[in-house]
Amino acid sequence: MGVGIEVSNLNAWYGTNHTLQEINLNIPANHATALIGPSGCGKSTFVRCINRMHETNPIARVTGKVLIGDLDIYADAKPVEIRRRVGMVFQRPNPFPTMSIYDNVAAGLKLNGYTNRRALDEIVEKSLKNSALWDEVKDNLRKESGASLSGGQQQRLCIARALAVDPEVLLMDEPASALDPVSTSKIEDLIFQLKSQYTIVIVTHNMQQAARVAEKTGFFLNGRMVEFDTTHKIFTNPSDKRTEDYITGRFG
Amino acid sequence: MTRIRFQQSLDELKEQLLVMAGLAEQAIQRAIEAYRVRDLSICDLVNRSEMAINRLEREIDQAALDLLAMEQPTAIDLRFILSVIKINADLERVGDAAKNITERVRGMEQMAIVDLPVDIPRMATLASEMVRKSLQAFIEGDAELARTVLTMDDAVDVMNRAAYKSLTALMAEQCHLAPQALNALMIARILERVADHATNIAEDVIFWVQGDDVRHNKKMKTVPDPHAME
Repeated sequence: MGVGIEVSNLNAWYGTNHTLQEINLNIPANHATALIGPSGCGKSTFVRCINRMHETNPIARVTGKVLIGDLDIYADAKPVEIRRRVGMVFQRPNPFPTMSIYDNVAAGLKLNGYTNRRALDEIVEKSLKNSALWDEVKDNLRKESGASLSGGQQQRLCIARALAVDPEVLLMDEPASALDPVSTSKIEDLIFQLKSQYTIVIVTHNMQQAARVAEKTGFFLNGRMVEFDTTHKIFTNPSDKRTEDYITGRFG
Repeated sequence: MTRIRFQQSLDELKEQLLVMAGLAEQAIQRAIEAYRVRDLSICDLVNRSEMAINRLEREIDQAALDLLAMEQPTAIDLRFILSVIKINADLERVGDAAKNITERVRGMEQMAIVDLPVDIPRMATLASEMVRKSLQAFIEGDAELARTVLTMDDAVDVMNRAAYKSLTALMAEQCHLAPQALNALMIARILERVADHATNIAEDVIFWVQGDDVRHNKKMKTVPDPHAME
């Protein structure tokens, strides 16, 4: 099951560039939360702070507190453990090209020392079913490589790979921006189904996508969180003029 | 500033609606003038306006539909387009009201002009003023001006009730005046509906500008939740 995310006084830097400034935010468990904002506003940096990927860049720095459930990720957890609990799906599907479909999904588990073949089979099947890919690949699990799939299928494979390690949170950074409308629709349907089991945070430039899949939406601008509210409120009557100007296309 | 073309389309939509509003307001004034002087040539003018209004109604709905489909508007733009669609329907009904008044006038052609205990021109002036003010509020995006229209509706309702009372009493006492009284009663009722449409337009302006849904506020507290009803 998903857990809530509590962010307090979060600040992030790339070198001297203060990319995130005093972010305070409570992301509810088992819901989809969308983050919107113009390019460079800090939304991707924000999600990279939630699984401690931001600090993998040598010139990057983070201060503040992020609680994933009860786990204080910057105080008492190892990055590897956090990334098991917080899965991530990127803009461009990135399956391991030399691995079969099966091995792509099982990769995270094998990396964590999982060797029970039968259990692995079950988890791979369950993950591919949860990512709505099972019916399309079940006959070629070990024969085909992940790279042989279409873009939309590859993205669902990456979602299956993220789900296989049984995370509590799923971060999605523009998961459908490189996909055609049919594949996009499948990813959105998937998000809708998965949010009852996982806490989903999705970064998107597509306003309608945010409106369709997320219950809550946050608007970022120049490294700050301008407004965080129900998606309905943000898209029908936002409180802040800057939010309204952005979503109506007056700037950005 | 981005989405310049979209903003231009919104401005064009507003202009189209204002053309229609001008026709609807003029139609009501002409219909009342036709009633006052019993002039059927004015009735013909009103009928032509009503046809033009109907045509504009379809064009505006189509333009609004295109913007919804092609531009995926949000927030104040979305509320604006929704308001335009609703105001469009109300203005079309105002045009219908003007035509209905002229039908009454045509029916009264052979009747003698008599003094009746109802001031139709005054009621028409008030209803027209409500339409004009609500449209002024729409032009200027002025929610406060729109709110003043809401308070005017009560006065028209009072006049309509007074007309009903005095004209039904007249019909009971002087049966030979019943045809004229009945027509006047129906026109008063039509004008009361015009005021209702003006009220709707004012409510739509408030929704567009402020995002507040002020419809049925007085009654809302006493109405049961329809979702809880079997």
